[in-house]
Amino acid sequence: MANNSIKKTLMVALALCIVCSVVVSTAAVVLQPMQERNKELDRKTNILAVAELYEPGMDVGEAFKRLITPRVIKLETGEYTDRFDPQQYNQFEAAKDPAMSRTLSGEDDGAGIGREELYSTVYLVGDPEDPRQIILPIRGQGLWGLMRGFLALKGDGNTIIGLSYYSHSETPGLGAQVDNPDWKAQWDGKEVYADAGMKPEISLVKGGAESKYEVDALSGATLTSRGVTNMLHFWLSESGFGPYLARFHGNSEGA
Amino acid sequence: MAADSVKNTVLSPVFKNNPIALQVLGICSALAVTNSMKVSLVMGLAVIAVTACSNLFVSLIRHHIPSSIRIIVQMTIIASLVIVVDQVLKAYAYEISKQLSVFVGLIITNCIVMGRAEAYAMQNGPAMSFLDGVGNGLGYAVILLIVGFVRELFGSGSVFGFTVLPTVQDGGWYVPNGLMLLPPSAFFVIGLFIWILRSVRSEQVEKAEYRIVANSKAKIKESV
Repeated sequence: MANNSIKKTLMVALALCIVCSVVVSTAAVVLQPMQERNKELDRKTNILAVAELYEPGMDVGEAFKRLITPRVIKLETGEYTDRFDPQQYNQFEAAKDPAMSRTLSGEDDGAGIGREELYSTVYLVGDPEDPRQIILPIRGQGLWGLMRGFLALKGDGNTIIGLSYYSHSETPGLGAQVDNPDWKAQWDGKEVYADAGMKPEISLVKGGAESKYEVDALSGATLTSRGVTNMLHFWLSESGFGPYLARFHGNSEGA
Repeated sequence: MAADSVKNTVLSPVFKNNPIALQVLGICSALAVTNSMKVSLVMGLAVIAVTACSNLFVSLIRHHIPSSIRIIVQMTIIASLVIVVDQVLKAYAYEISKQLSVFVGLIITNCIVMGRAEAYAMQNGPAMSFLDGVGNGLGYAVILLIVGFVRELFGSGSVFGFTVLPTVQDGGWYVPNGLMLLPPSAFFVIGLFIWILRSVRSEQVEKAEYRIVANSKAKIKESV
């Protein structure tokens, strides 16, 4: 059969597609468990890093088990719940399930996430009843897509220890500076709420942060900075972790 | 072409006919991923694997590829291999695959891979094609490592993550050159490397395609 006949062309194309798709899907399926484990490890590393407990070379799985207690809370009331196993509960899956989440729209949806889960995991460092640190998962729209990260607060539920993103798609060199250690270092010691209020004051500002509620915005990344401010306002407000954090506001000795 | 020796096929692309330095192909990823040697090395290995295997497979089926769809056939093979490499990196070298991010995927568009498949593997046997792929990937990897070495040494004061020049941030004396960590510095380093290579091997200097003539004098019309 001539190489250039239509029949042969179609046959070669078809055979090639089948062989290649089998190869690609085999690789994807065989390697998936390992990739999932890596992602999980990466997430735990990020939690430890934001809590300033991470040291290079440490056994992340073991350290996570020893130092950190995950608990599931009901966001609306801020109460702990035993309905879910904290090790198994996946709030990103829950946010997609209509029975486990609520729709956000318009002004309610400051973070731009569309749906908010009813229950969220929180990570506690130290005694779970009187934690030294509270680590909250936050997420929201940046410039190009969803940014996911963790915010670590001291036991008073007000003083920030650190903010770190483990997944985002911001512009390299500009918005992606959210990963810059110098920028992240600024968050340490900032405070979220002004007085007893429930309204988060913490914001990114242009032209030099002055008060303890302000952090320098990222230069050249106005929309990313706005995204960060919005998601903090959302997650720390009454629709997010506000009710939960209110429990801690009394104990300023928490740290 | 059958007379090509094994040694020649593997080694000549490294300095004599280097895909980056002489053919100036694959520059984009060379700029992006060379800010540390570890990342450069992994990227180099990935490209060697993809070039060698794509050459091998293209060569194996070269008598059956209809010429009308040969580019698509080559692309499909290359793309499949790149996805496999990407998956393997995500499973076994997660940290580095995060740093390489999109650039592993962009190996698909690396002209070296496609160029070798079209120029060599379509005409030669599988074994030699494989070696040609290894050689060209090696040529790419060598440049990446050289550029990575310069950039990491002067940008972060280290080589493969080991501190060589203790930086000021860590209490040393070396003030790192921030420009070296940005992609444009790779342009300078590659440019300098090409200059050195062509000074040593003057046969690589291309003949000028045309010569600019001296300006001719403007004719001034005498007005009446």
